[in-house]
Amino acid sequence: MSFQRLSHLQKLEADAIRIMREVAAEFANPVMLYSIGKDSSVMLHLAMKAFYPSKPPFPLLHVDTTWKFREMVAFRDATAKRLGLDLIVHTNPDGLAEGINPFDHGASHYTHVMKTEALKQALSAHGFDAAFGGARRDEEKSRAKERVFSFRNESHGWDPKNQRPELWNLYNTRIRKGESIRVFPLSNWTELDIWQYIRAENIPIVPLYFAARRPVVERDGTLVMVDDERLPLAPGETPEQRLVRFRTLGCYPLTGAIESEATTLEAIVGEMLIARTSERSGRLIDSDETASMEKKKREGYF
Amino acid sequence: MTSTALDAAIAADTLENHASKSLLRFLTCGSVDDGKSTLIGRLLYDSKLILEDQLAALARDSRKHGTAGDDIDFALLVDGLEAEREQGITIDVAYRFFATEARSFIVADTPGHVQYTRNMATGASTADLAVILVDARHGILPQTRRHSFIASLLGIRHVVLAVNKMDLVGHSDAAFFRIVADYRAFAEGLGFETLQPIPISARHGDNVMSRSAAMRWYSGPTLKEHLESVEIADEREAKPFRMAVQWVNRPNLDFRGFSGTVASGTIRPGDEVVVAGSGQTSRVKAIVTHDGTLPAAHAGQAVTLTLEDEIDVSRGDILARAGERPEVADQFAADLIWMQDGHDLMPGRPYLFKCGTKTVTASITELKHRIDVDTFEHLAAKTLTLNEVGTVNLSLSEPIAFDAYADNPETGAFILVDRLTNQTVGAGMIRFALRRAANIHLQALDIDKAARAALKGQKPAVIWFTGLSGAGKSTIANLVEKKLAAAGRHTYLLDGDNVRHGLNRDLGFTEADRVENIRRVAETAKLFVDAGLIVLVSFISPFREERQLARDLVEDGEFLEVHVDTPLAVAEARDPKGLYRKARAGQIANFTGIDSPYEAPDNPELRLDAGNRSPDELADEVIRLLATRRYA
Repeated sequence: MSFQRLSHLQKLEADAIRIMREVAAEFANPVMLYSIGKDSSVMLHLAMKAFYPSKPPFPLLHVDTTWKFREMVAFRDATAKRLGLDLIVHTNPDGLAEGINPFDHGASHYTHVMKTEALKQALSAHGFDAAFGGARRDEEKSRAKERVFSFRNESHGWDPKNQRPELWNLYNTRIRKGESIRVFPLSNWTELDIWQYIRAENIPIVPLYFAARRPVVERDGTLVMVDDERLPLAPGETPEQRLVRFRTLGCYPLTGAIESEATTLEAIVGEMLIARTSERSGRLIDSDETASMEKKKREGYF
Repeated sequence: MTSTALDAAIAADTLENHASKSLLRFLTCGSVDDGKSTLIGRLLYDSKLILEDQLAALARDSRKHGTAGDDIDFALLVDGLEAEREQGITIDVAYRFFATEARSFIVADTPGHVQYTRNMATGASTADLAVILVDARHGILPQTRRHSFIASLLGIRHVVLAVNKMDLVGHSDAAFFRIVADYRAFAEGLGFETLQPIPISARHGDNVMSRSAAMRWYSGPTLKEHLESVEIADEREAKPFRMAVQWVNRPNLDFRGFSGTVASGTIRPGDEVVVAGSGQTSRVKAIVTHDGTLPAAHAGQAVTLTLEDEIDVSRGDILARAGERPEVADQFAADLIWMQDGHDLMPGRPYLFKCGTKTVTASITELKHRIDVDTFEHLAAKTLTLNEVGTVNLSLSEPIAFDAYADNPETGAFILVDRLTNQTVGAGMIRFALRRAANIHLQALDIDKAARAALKGQKPAVIWFTGLSGAGKSTIANLVEKKLAAAGRHTYLLDGDNVRHGLNRDLGFTEADRVENIRRVAETAKLFVDAGLIVLVSFISPFREERQLARDLVEDGEFLEVHVDTPLAVAEARDPKGLYRKARAGQIANFTGIDSPYEAPDNPELRLDAGNRSPDELADEVIRLLATRRYA
């Protein structure tokens, strides 16, 4: 026998399903981080497959910074309803009370309070012992080093120098009370795999990924969408309608749009193949400092 | 066509092609500075997978940390952790992804330093092929041999010998062929099916993605050509059917399915299956997936099976065909790689053992030998330390179904997890079952523990006194026994020093012997509990794990741990046997509290503050505990 029956995409799918089932079997109280983006959409679709005909035996958790695109929030609620899943939405109440926002407090502090701290609050409050995330190793160099089952201490921190060896498909799920595991079923997927799978499986995604005329302002070469009236406009700054889309989705003031005519999946991939920048380059939070993702992950970021 | 339409057409093609590509997982390994990370950087760069913003960051980093002068240092692309970039070395496995027109690749870039050998083994466990790099200037190094051995041990059958930095030896064919001959000489016994030597320069790209103009004497494939064309047979399909049940799928009362990934073979509705452990059989009713029911499930697919009959199946069970069953045993021989820093393998110590979806308790009953990974010699050993490889016998708390790793890695691989730290401490590959397990069956006895205890009118128990030498354990235990005897209780006192004169007189005081010392005493205490006695054990028993072992041997509630907590200074001042004096003088090695650790209990049933109270008061405190638990 010298053939491989499964294509690489089928193997990636089977691996992800195996990882999800292992979590469901070995942890008392898992949760799936649902960030509404394309990777989350793929992860959620895989969960529906993994446990069929059962529903995924865990809720979805969305950390809402209150600065998500309105279309994302609508899509989130519609998705949870369509699939009949429990959705937990958590916003950091302290950050809300203090009015933490990306303009007055800077992207870095804002992200720390409204995302990292909020996530830790939600995980602790519900006592989740395992949390799925849609991160991929090809996204960023510290992620490339992270285990599929990634251990977090009581304060949700990651210790990159002291990771558990992870051999074969044998995942060590042992933790003490208060500790947890972040689980990344899409670890070995690439951006192209994600798009391919969305196409093959017909997975719904937020329309913001497709080009449309949207109101934007240009700041330091980045196109920021004016998603609501909270975006402070500089004197003389007027939103203009441009044909844009997003390669990655986050908080609208921090996510740059790209000019594009791509209104189909094929056109998106066509643009991606000739693109000369990586998908996270549109994320303003990643370029703060070289090792910024590793630093954030040590502090408990996903 | 407009340019957008053209792009879309190309993209559609790419998507179709990408969907059906095969996948090759490989790892790069070899000694430090042989250029592993540079090679991967080169593969990514030449596959156009390094984009402008990443390249700009790389150029910045190269000036700051790089070792390539004004050139871009590709290693910085893959060394993703701050510590790695600062020190210029790879510490942990990094996974990288690239694709050519023919194949998709997942690359594990593994560290070359000796202290990170376990990370190399991690990368090898999921790889089909190993690219072993050798620096053309230095030839075969110990780490080359070590990595080749571990790749072979983990079942890798395809190797590329990439002789790197050919530019630094003037692209000399003589240098290349000398290294190839050296490598072939020692790799002969490692069982590689294919061994392809390729002369390359990762920094300049020669013979990586494209043919080198500087090495016209080389007529073999480039690295890319070889990786794209090497045939990796997926042998799993042809092997007997195995599926470990991962999760029992019960959405409602009418559906009971068994979810798992087919480890090997093929199964179809109507096929007879057996639960390997229990021997119960049934037939496959349906192969259920979200995409509909399937006519067959093949190796690698994640499916849910329903069966015709209501038989007992749960997580950890292995489903097989009745005529092709895996072995079932609770003792076997295995190869083991030790992965824990600071804690050596302890024969006799219980570890958690995970094989497939089954987790049980296991201990190493015998360390047959250590394998010198440089010379491949078998050496006598009492323990394994970090990165050492040995052949061991294991004994499990219950039988499991398995295959030899060489026959089926999916059902023959296991990890060991430390029960207290939860660290993954070992990775193993099963060789064969030990027959003695199959032939010794427990004899069922008619007079049991309850009957013996009833005759004595008492509840049996182990009262385990632990603490430093000179803490007062034996004195207190002796008083407690007298009080129990006066109350008409049947007791027995096992004392450390006394047992060492008899049952354990062959044991010394190394950590390994101490573990065995406690194991024997714990087993003896268990027999006495079975005889219906209240057993008092007075042993220093410095390690938590062994006390846990003793606790696990008896039933819940039968084990009472009493920590005789005397400060070291007080115990040393007492020094009833003059031992502390000798230890301080260096005449006794491994003395608890002096040069060997004492691990205090976290949650003893009773902690005696024994520094400044009389033995009689302390003994009464133990009696009060026994009374509240209705033992006395």
